[in-house]
Amino acid sequence: MVDSLAYTPQITLDFEIGEKDFFVAGECASRVKKTLQQLGLKQDVIKRIAIIIYEAAMNVAIHATSGRLVVHVEPDAITIRTEDVGAGIEDIDLAMKEGYSTASYEIREMGFGAGMGLSNIKQCSDDLNIESRVGVGTTLNARVFFRDERRHEGA
Amino acid sequence: MNRYFHSVTLETEKCKGCTNCIKRCPVEAIRVRDGKAMIVQERCIDCGECIRECPNHAKVAVTDTLGKLSEYKYRIALPAPSFFGQFKEQVNIEDVLGAFKGIGFDEVFEVALAAEIVGHIVHQFLKDYKGKRPIFSSACPAVVRLMQIKYPDLLEQVAPFLTPMEVAARIAKEQASRRTGIPYEEVGAFFISPCPAKVTEMRNPMTTKHSAVNGVIGINLIYKDIIRHLGDRYANGGPEKLQRATKFGMAWGYVTGESRNVDAATTLAVGGIHNVISLLEEIERGELKDVDFVELQACTGGCVGGPLNIQNLFVGRIRLRDLIKRFGTKDAYFTEAELQDIHLQNRFAATEPVEPRAIMTLDEDVSRAIMKMERLDQITSELPGLDCGACGSPSCRALAEDIIRGIAFETDCVIKLREKVKILAKEILDLSRIVPTSMSGSSKEGDPGQGC
Repeated sequence: MVDSLAYTPQITLDFEIGEKDFFVAGECASRVKKTLQQLGLKQDVIKRIAIIIYEAAMNVAIHATSGRLVVHVEPDAITIRTEDVGAGIEDIDLAMKEGYSTASYEIREMGFGAGMGLSNIKQCSDDLNIESRVGVGTTLNARVFFRDERRHEGA
Repeated sequence: MNRYFHSVTLETEKCKGCTNCIKRCPVEAIRVRDGKAMIVQERCIDCGECIRECPNHAKVAVTDTLGKLSEYKYRIALPAPSFFGQFKEQVNIEDVLGAFKGIGFDEVFEVALAAEIVGHIVHQFLKDYKGKRPIFSSACPAVVRLMQIKYPDLLEQVAPFLTPMEVAARIAKEQASRRTGIPYEEVGAFFISPCPAKVTEMRNPMTTKHSAVNGVIGINLIYKDIIRHLGDRYANGGPEKLQRATKFGMAWGYVTGESRNVDAATTLAVGGIHNVISLLEEIERGELKDVDFVELQACTGGCVGGPLNIQNLFVGRIRLRDLIKRFGTKDAYFTEAELQDIHLQNRFAATEPVEPRAIMTLDEDVSRAIMKMERLDQITSELPGLDCGACGSPSCRALAEDIIRGIAFETDCVIKLREKVKILAKEILDLSRIVPTSMSGSSKEGDPGQGC
């Protein structure tokens, strides 16, 4: 019945992220997690997605002045997109390196900004695209495909 | 065995169909339909919140009765630590233990003693543990069941050991069988329980295939009998010392007792299922990675707050603490070396992994689940958002879910129904104003020029 329909079912979840709002990242991740559990996705896929969301939202909170996170769920994939207005990334390849960080001392002191965010996101996503302009902002697009093992086994 | 056996059940005649219980249930497992509450079997975690909440006492815990003792040749009572907090101040531990012999038990084995073993095992386990923290206590089955359905990610952090109830049953039955020569199968162990979750845990255990416990008797059922036999130990040939558990095991009866006994570098203890939920939300978001051990109890105050206990939880706690202080034995029954031996034998490790139960899933098929989610969001946005519960579902979102699942209608919402009635009333009014053309000539306002 689903296949014969002309439209693809989809859900969009949208979150505002304020500057230095470190709590919102956890909230985003846990809200999306609940939704994906209801959709019956496999636990390890949900985990990967939650990491991407947490890290991406955290990046916006740490480095941008304002931004948003949009999660788009379709039957075979999820797209996680952050758009922000802020510092931007000078050298994306460098920023992807584990441990490379431009976070301020203050943020590091709070236990964030260890330089693992982007490399974590890269590890967890099947497809990652980052566009950035220094002094303007950054757009990140990460995708995770559900493939066949998307169902809970014996749920 | 019934996959969805539950101790918590409804006495239909007593239920007035009020919505107190549905609002309080931590897993939204109750609905009111046709004027009666109804427990959604696959969701219930047997926490007993509804038993406490119901003003009409329509929610009850079904436990075993003393009648079941007759099925075994040799009967052992396993009283929960919190049981000892249910008596007046002049009653001491020996009196209570002795009373079990007066009501048909051959032996009494304190679960507190087994708790000390579990405490030691978890303590040793945490010493070498390098994995994800915190480790959660596995002692409260209602909490573990909650995690199965709402926090499946955290299940791998549940301490992989049997509960004190289970350990007590195994040790007591083995010892009794060896001592008396009665076959193990003919020795019955009966847990004296403050809560319904333990009944369910015996029937469908989570960390082992088969429970060694043969019956779970509610404290509420056995209390009067015990009171009547409190002096029995004197009548039965003098005081034989029955008490073996120290304060470390006895304190498992109230919240913090377990974590103190486990004695890890950093511990946290939380009681009350709604508090447990808010803490698990935090932990799921990545908080508390620096804490070694978290003791979680479904009941406020821990087991002394259990729904089958007699005393108010605070009264129970102070009685228990006082009792431990005044009558607690100082000498540990097991030596450090014996405890270490038990730990090394690894006999009380969980043999079954605690599996997640994905009962919140909207549909087996992801595409259909997404479609349902779309509709769910749509319906939720059209509902008033009062979460009043008058429809019989605990919240507007839950009603929307029930509509999607086909077990409720939009008009179950009283506000929605009123809107519909208003529209209908307006339509009726409009209709009543329309005068048939054949009669319009006679109307006073009618244009006199038009008549026939």
